[in-house]
Amino acid sequence: MTLTQQFITIGIVVAVTVFTRAIAFWLFPEGKKTPPFVQYLGKALPPAVFGMLVIYCLKDCSLLSGTHALPELLSIALITLVHVRKRNMFLSIASGTVCYMLLTNYLC
Amino acid sequence: MIKKALKTAFPYSIPILTGFLFLGISYGIYMRALGFSAAYPIFMSMLIFAGSMEFVTASMLLGGFNPIGAALLTLMVNARHIFYGITMVSKYKNVGKKKWYLIFGMCDESFSINCSVEVPEGVDKGWFYFWVTLLNQSYWVLGATCGALLGSLVTFDSKGLEFVMTALFVVIFLDNWLKEKNYFSSLLGLGISLVCLVVFGAEKFLVPAMCMIFIVLSLARPHPEKEVA
Repeated sequence: MTLTQQFITIGIVVAVTVFTRAIAFWLFPEGKKTPPFVQYLGKALPPAVFGMLVIYCLKDCSLLSGTHALPELLSIALITLVHVRKRNMFLSIASGTVCYMLLTNYLC
Repeated sequence: MIKKALKTAFPYSIPILTGFLFLGISYGIYMRALGFSAAYPIFMSMLIFAGSMEFVTASMLLGGFNPIGAALLTLMVNARHIFYGITMVSKYKNVGKKKWYLIFGMCDESFSINCSVEVPEGVDKGWFYFWVTLLNQSYWVLGATCGALLGSLVTFDSKGLEFVMTALFVVIFLDNWLKEKNYFSSLLGLGISLVCLVVFGAEKFLVPAMCMIFIVLSLARPHPEKEVA
């Protein structure tokens, strides 16, 4: 690729990324009333999207080979336990991450 | 007002500070290893600001020139942002010109924090959202810059630190779960994504998963007349 072609490629990636982020705001501008269906989606979507993001983070784990995703599953179990008991976002994230680092570095 | 919002926003960004510095440094080092000059990771992290897409772009730059392919691939990898937009249309109302930046910087992490955190009373929502977004992007650009400029000089043993991002999303999911009255949407997102991951594989599962989530949620919508406005 020439330098110009590289710039065009990066420009396209930037433009399409902004497009995916902005399209809903263009379709449903502030001045107009947002259609009830979109309001419904705005409320119903987030839990599903959070679930999807969790799976997205784990997409490269393999249950059948390597560590059998044990470090991931055990750390998530710990996060769940800590979070249900303490409800402290930072404590939950920190304990899960430290647990995962210990497991991957020393045990698995 | 601006300062107070920054003080409120900063603690929420700490997990992302850890994750983005680490991943950003990895990205900077990766780009240099592929033979790009430091300017590439620095400007790409500033302008694209979509983690996984930046890694994908690096491999595209090494291949043949294919603008249409680049557009389609970006659309597929980043299609999930369309959902974020739909969700934030009402939250990002009445925030003034900051809105443009909020939309530009709406990555997975900024969306998740701004969507799930209830901004305390007395704190300006617009500025809170703005600081979360700007802090997150600064961490990412800082990480990529450090990786690009100093990558070969630093070796650090931090295997597994990337899990901080997974932990963040698990906690956001859980926190929302604990507040929910029914778990339909949470279970739907988890279940459909898992099934699609098994069926379509890691590279291709997001778009079919999003389509199915959209279809099921549309069908599950309560009848408009019965809905309480």
